[in-house]
Amino acid sequence: MGHQIVASEPVHDVPAVVQKLQGRFGAEAFVIQNTCDNIPTLWIDKDRLHSVLRYLKHYIDRPFGVLYDLTGIDERVRVNRDGQPESAFTVVYHLLSYQRGQDIRLKVALPETNPALPSVTDVWPAANWYEREAWDMFGIEFDGHPNLRRIILPPTWEGHPLRKDHPARATEMEPFSLTQKKEDAEQEALRFVPEEWGMKRHGEESDFMFLNLGPNHPSAHGVFRIALQLDGEEIVDAVPDIGYHHRGAEKMGERQSWHTYIPYTDRVDYLGGSLNNLPYVLAVEKMAGIEVPERAEVIRVMISELYRIANHLLFYGTFAQDVGQLSPIFYMFADRERVFSIIESITGARMHSSFFRIGGVAMDLPEGWAKPIREFIDYFPPRLDHYDKMVMRNGVLQRRTQGVGSYTTEEAIEWGVTGPGLRATGFEWDYRKKRPYSGYDRFEFEIPIGSNGDCYDRCAMRVEELRQSLRIIEQCLDNMPEGPYKAYHPLTTPPPRERTMHDIETLIQHFLNVSWGPVIPAGEASVCVEATKGLNSYYLISDGGTISYRTRIRTPSFAHLQMIPLMCRGLMIADLIAILASIDFVMADVDR
Amino acid sequence: MNESIGSPLQIAGILIGVILTAAWLIWVERRMIGIWQDRLGPNRVGPLGLGQVIADMIKIFFKDDWIPPFADKAVFVIAPVIIMVTMLTAFVVVPFAPGIGIIDFNFGLLYFLALSSLAVYSAVLAGYASNNKYALLGALRAAAQTVSYEVFMGLSLMGVVMLSGSFNLREIVEAQRDGWFCISQFFGLLVFLIAAVAESHRSPLDLPEAEQELIAGFHTEYSGMKFGMFFVGEYLGVTLSSAMIVTLFFGGWLGPVLPPLVWFCLKTTIGILFFVLLRAALPRPRYDQLMMFGWKVMLPIALVNLVATGGVALWLES
Repeated sequence: MGHQIVASEPVHDVPAVVQKLQGRFGAEAFVIQNTCDNIPTLWIDKDRLHSVLRYLKHYIDRPFGVLYDLTGIDERVRVNRDGQPESAFTVVYHLLSYQRGQDIRLKVALPETNPALPSVTDVWPAANWYEREAWDMFGIEFDGHPNLRRIILPPTWEGHPLRKDHPARATEMEPFSLTQKKEDAEQEALRFVPEEWGMKRHGEESDFMFLNLGPNHPSAHGVFRIALQLDGEEIVDAVPDIGYHHRGAEKMGERQSWHTYIPYTDRVDYLGGSLNNLPYVLAVEKMAGIEVPERAEVIRVMISELYRIANHLLFYGTFAQDVGQLSPIFYMFADRERVFSIIESITGARMHSSFFRIGGVAMDLPEGWAKPIREFIDYFPPRLDHYDKMVMRNGVLQRRTQGVGSYTTEEAIEWGVTGPGLRATGFEWDYRKKRPYSGYDRFEFEIPIGSNGDCYDRCAMRVEELRQSLRIIEQCLDNMPEGPYKAYHPLTTPPPRERTMHDIETLIQHFLNVSWGPVIPAGEASVCVEATKGLNSYYLISDGGTISYRTRIRTPSFAHLQMIPLMCRGLMIADLIAILASIDFVMADVDR
Repeated sequence: MNESIGSPLQIAGILIGVILTAAWLIWVERRMIGIWQDRLGPNRVGPLGLGQVIADMIKIFFKDDWIPPFADKAVFVIAPVIIMVTMLTAFVVVPFAPGIGIIDFNFGLLYFLALSSLAVYSAVLAGYASNNKYALLGALRAAAQTVSYEVFMGLSLMGVVMLSGSFNLREIVEAQRDGWFCISQFFGLLVFLIAAVAESHRSPLDLPEAEQELIAGFHTEYSGMKFGMFFVGEYLGVTLSSAMIVTLFFGGWLGPVLPPLVWFCLKTTIGILFFVLLRAALPRPRYDQLMMFGWKVMLPIALVNLVATGGVALWLES
């Protein structure tokens, strides 16, 4: 029963990793901050940043190999900052250790004028894009960054949108008009200049051709552009260009109430549907101290896994299509349609059901919900075997994808690759298994791992995950617990209304919670889940209001796309297409 | 005997028949692939959706026929004409049935090979004239692919020539009275089949177009009727290839009971459907893999087949 209120407990005992850091750098080097998610959070001076990060990455036992996230916070109008050092802009480094199964968060305080700190691209090459994003969004300078330019917004943009003084909607700005001069400037800004990326136009024996692949290209999986430096058909280098699908999801988080932001999350990884809701509602629940009843947890798991199947089916079909096999996608779309009709029968919507709520799910399972799922469980495995024969065992497809675009486990960790792309290298790490959330520890399933880390293995991982997801769904079906589908807690949305017609206090409370939305206690929480494409997390900061102070969405695809040049150098255009297909990304997940 | 056998009426009939077949293939392909892919395909216009062809044609005729300002205009316009002309003139030697055809040409087979090689100019010039990088890459692929596969295509047919002792297509058909060459020249058939797919740029060997990689390859910049000519030209190529496969390996018009022309059309239809099925079934190899496969697998097979056939032919004669 999860109806009692559990206050978020501040951390009292200092975690071992913090003790180690204090032993090495001295206790005065760190200011410890308590957060709701119990991730050790330390404020450090920007001069110590490099040595601390190096120590954590290389020298500490069971090191923190992954730069999981790097982002900024505009602290200037934040009220509840008890015990935190003075800061106008904060840069947050979120590290992850697979060996420890532990996170650590480092924060650096910066002044309002000329916020600048040393770049960490020399420690983690993966910091490159993250620092560019922080520069783009907050105007924070990273000294020593090889190419600090805008990444999400167009180069012509004025201002840094995630600053609190930047307008959030068009009505707060001057009316927009596109003059011929402006249009020409915008067009010119799109031109790819190889020299800006340190590329040569002429090789020793031949001139290079620069091919603009995208943002409109049949295989770019959305509006994604890659500028290719070609020698014949061989790729010498590549520069991915993102941002065409940016919709300001993080900025919108600072305008929407905690409840009304849920539908926005669906559209971040728009193929993952309600699976996107999960890290968001879990993070809010952590701050609010809500414990979700078992039935709600199992429903969430079931819906999430159905969405995982839907996503992987689309991946499977497009993967085959991108290597030139035209038929599988149609079979897989038809099967995906079956999954959607199941989801629709439960949630009322197909792709973006926004079914999860703070404290549970939107409604209870409908009558007869199990029947279509049971039918699907019987129907699907033979289809998968059929697809194996058609796609995975096809010789041409194998020759196109095996040994293509491979990377090692070390490279994957270095570049922040997560999810199936990491497991394909033979490294077993699945958040659902290693650090179970939402009751995943109650389910039996296997984590498929590959061995070569190539395009073929990345596809094979997802094919096996389809089977495992089906297994989890079957267990949900057989063991669906009875009980409430939403926690009995005043901060859940929509709030419980059993007693609203009986006493005025609950009526008022209900009225406020519906019209304004719940007030979430001040605090910070970041929750990560194993999403369809890798690790997806929401880092939320509440300033004790009805809306989020800062919503940071860490998506797997952002990190994955950064690796493209590494994966495709020396290969051919056709290989690049296979690589793009095998990554499984959607641009909404990259650009947010 | 080099002589004209077709009356003007027959020539007109064949021309119209061939073009109609190519146009009808648009519908056949979409319907068949639809069936194989668990879809319906076009089924709204007219009975069984057959009117789709007419609708498509009307659309393509009235579409803006745009020539990019950066293109080489004259070459850009000529390129699609080339494929239509070469494909249609190649039909001149096709032996539809005894007495039906346009000319009876002693070197019919060589004529066919020559024209099917000429067709590559269409793709190369289109890609070159478009002044577009994707088109250029497509054109390069087309040139390399066609030049390579032409070699095996020619070699694969020499076995048939040896067995029949003639380059005349009608005589080759007559030579199959005792047994179709698809049995004795199985490897020749195999090589020819693959080479024919490569030469007509059909999926899975549609590398010059390769939608997923090169958008539309050499005809990226084409629209309207000029694109339509490439489109129909491809189907003419499929029809021609099927007709040649039937002529060279499956006994042409030969067959019991039914009239020869019916047999020929029936066999050709099966050949066409095979091409369509291939497109629905297989992924596309990479460019270098295709070349490697050509030179390392197809060429040896064709050569061994040639030598073996020659040996057997000599042995049978002595």
